[in-house]
Amino acid sequence: MDEGVVIRAEGLRKYFPAGASGLWGRRKAFLRAVDGVSFHVREGETLGLVGESGCGKSTVGMLLLGLHRPDAGRVLYRGEDILALEGEAKRRMRRNIQVVFQDPQSSLDPRMLVKKAVGFPLEVNGLARGAEVTRRVEAMLAEVGLRPEHMYRYPHEFSGGQRQRINIARALITGPRFVVFDEPTSALDVSVQAQILNLVKDLQKRRGYSYLFISHDLSVIRHVSHRVAVMYLGRIVETAPRGDLFQTPRHPYTRALMAAVPKPDPARRQPLALLPGDVPSPVHIPPGCRFHPRCPEVMDVCRETEPAPVEVGPDHVVACHLWHGTGFDARRRSA
Amino acid sequence: MPSSTPRSGTDPTGGWRRFREEHAWQIREFFFTLHLLRRNPSAVAGFVIICSMVFLALAAPWVAPYDPIRISLSERLSPPSWHHLFGTDELGRDLFSRVLYGARISLRIGLLVVGIAGGLGTILGAVAGYVGGKTDDVIMRCLDIVLSFPSLVLAMALAAALGPSLRNAILAVAFVMIPKFARLVRGEALAVRERPFIAAAKVSGASHTWIVFHHVIPNCLSSVIVLGTLVVGETILIASSLSFIGLGAQPPTPEWGAMISVGRKFLMDQWWYATFPGLFILVTVIGFNIFGDALRDVLDPRIRR
Repeated sequence: MDEGVVIRAEGLRKYFPAGASGLWGRRKAFLRAVDGVSFHVREGETLGLVGESGCGKSTVGMLLLGLHRPDAGRVLYRGEDILALEGEAKRRMRRNIQVVFQDPQSSLDPRMLVKKAVGFPLEVNGLARGAEVTRRVEAMLAEVGLRPEHMYRYPHEFSGGQRQRINIARALITGPRFVVFDEPTSALDVSVQAQILNLVKDLQKRRGYSYLFISHDLSVIRHVSHRVAVMYLGRIVETAPRGDLFQTPRHPYTRALMAAVPKPDPARRQPLALLPGDVPSPVHIPPGCRFHPRCPEVMDVCRETEPAPVEVGPDHVVACHLWHGTGFDARRRSA
Repeated sequence: MPSSTPRSGTDPTGGWRRFREEHAWQIREFFFTLHLLRRNPSAVAGFVIICSMVFLALAAPWVAPYDPIRISLSERLSPPSWHHLFGTDELGRDLFSRVLYGARISLRIGLLVVGIAGGLGTILGAVAGYVGGKTDDVIMRCLDIVLSFPSLVLAMALAAALGPSLRNAILAVAFVMIPKFARLVRGEALAVRERPFIAAAKVSGASHTWIVFHHVIPNCLSSVIVLGTLVVGETILIASSLSFIGLGAQPPTPEWGAMISVGRKFLMDQWWYATFPGLFILVTVIGFNIFGDALRDVLDPRIRR
């Protein structure tokens, strides 16, 4: 069943202890950052993960990278449970899953030469040493659009976009198959964003990497993704191929997100359709469907039962009671 | 485009050029720091004092008019004169020569102690701060015990337990100084640990040891250097105190503290005996302290320039 799937996450859950612990050290409350998240990424595909800040998208990335251990759930790399691995096998596996973080500056050690910052993964993994490292760093830098003499400089001598190129080079030098991009462009100027996004897409075309691309920016997600997953308060509410999602969003939350994007059209001077209220705290998640206090189409059932995901089209899954039982409810589709 | 950069070693000038290329940023930073230091009067004063002391220590065999341990009973306790700039002691040894040779010993103590305590303290602090949790608690509580004693008293106790000798005095003072470095580095390591490049290094497969030595410690080094300068002064003071009470350098070694110790018996009638070694301790310690203070101001990126 997992033919062509690189990464599969099943029922991932991560709770962080929140607030003061009780008198006897028992935790009173938990921040439910990731609360039952499942998805998969196919070979050579980009899955965009979109949601507001604090919805748990970055935590999902951390769980895949092994920077946090999930409280429940599994992560499968080509069918193999990577959380069960230990020691050398774990290190070898981790090489296949790399990351590029949001802030290009703090992702680079200010006191480390670019050559070492890009080449050290080869050395610590015993993949190359000495002159071979230099050669491969040079080749990798060329691939991300940097020159060989950049090897002997320090991060502060580069612009934000160049620094992010260095980070991409570091992530890719060990030849991973799957890369998590955690908002890689949100700290960059708009003009530079496009360059980095195109670089990321080019590299995928040439090398066939698979990506999980985390962002809160719908236009960025639309630009890079093949499929998109929408996250709200620690859950994925809708997953669909990119075109499908942007043309016919099904979940009321997805629709609200789309409506909130400002359109560059002076003729349509209508106020943005905004959701009422704020995102509830992930410590006190509403019962039933977690979106119901803000949902414009809320029904009685939403306040009591959590909606299970249903398939409403090819590869298009929605977790919403509006689509339950009806299969494909054309009447509810908004124009 | 060159397909490969020249290897260092095959051609010495090429190696040097490559070094300059690779370290261009550090070289520029170094000269900028020098420039800032030159504009800072106390840094200049401290630097001049330290350099003169180092010069006197190195040049002692040529500058000193007499052998520091040559006894000449006919000249005992003679006051300062052109023959004996600082006078002589109760065995007729030339105090000027002894003070110059004393600079060698004091500076060596200072450097050795800072080397040992700085090295161990940095590693302990970096491990404590980076690993955190139980390891942090165990390391830091042990060091707190050391810190809870006045450094001089503990150094005295240790030196006495190890037996009086210069080597044991150095070990004792170094042990006492470890927590100063460890606490400083731990604080910085706690901050470094949270930076994203540490997470990136973990994902890239770097071991914790690798991260401590290649990320954590290099990012703490500039504050360690500043503290090191300040500790040199304190160390010279403590080591002299140990020698003063007979726990450090043993006769006839010309150590400043030991000289004061004997000289104090003659303070009423032969003021020069204890005064000149004392002045040298004072000036050296002040030199290291004001230079260290200025260095801290200059290296701190927030108040730099």
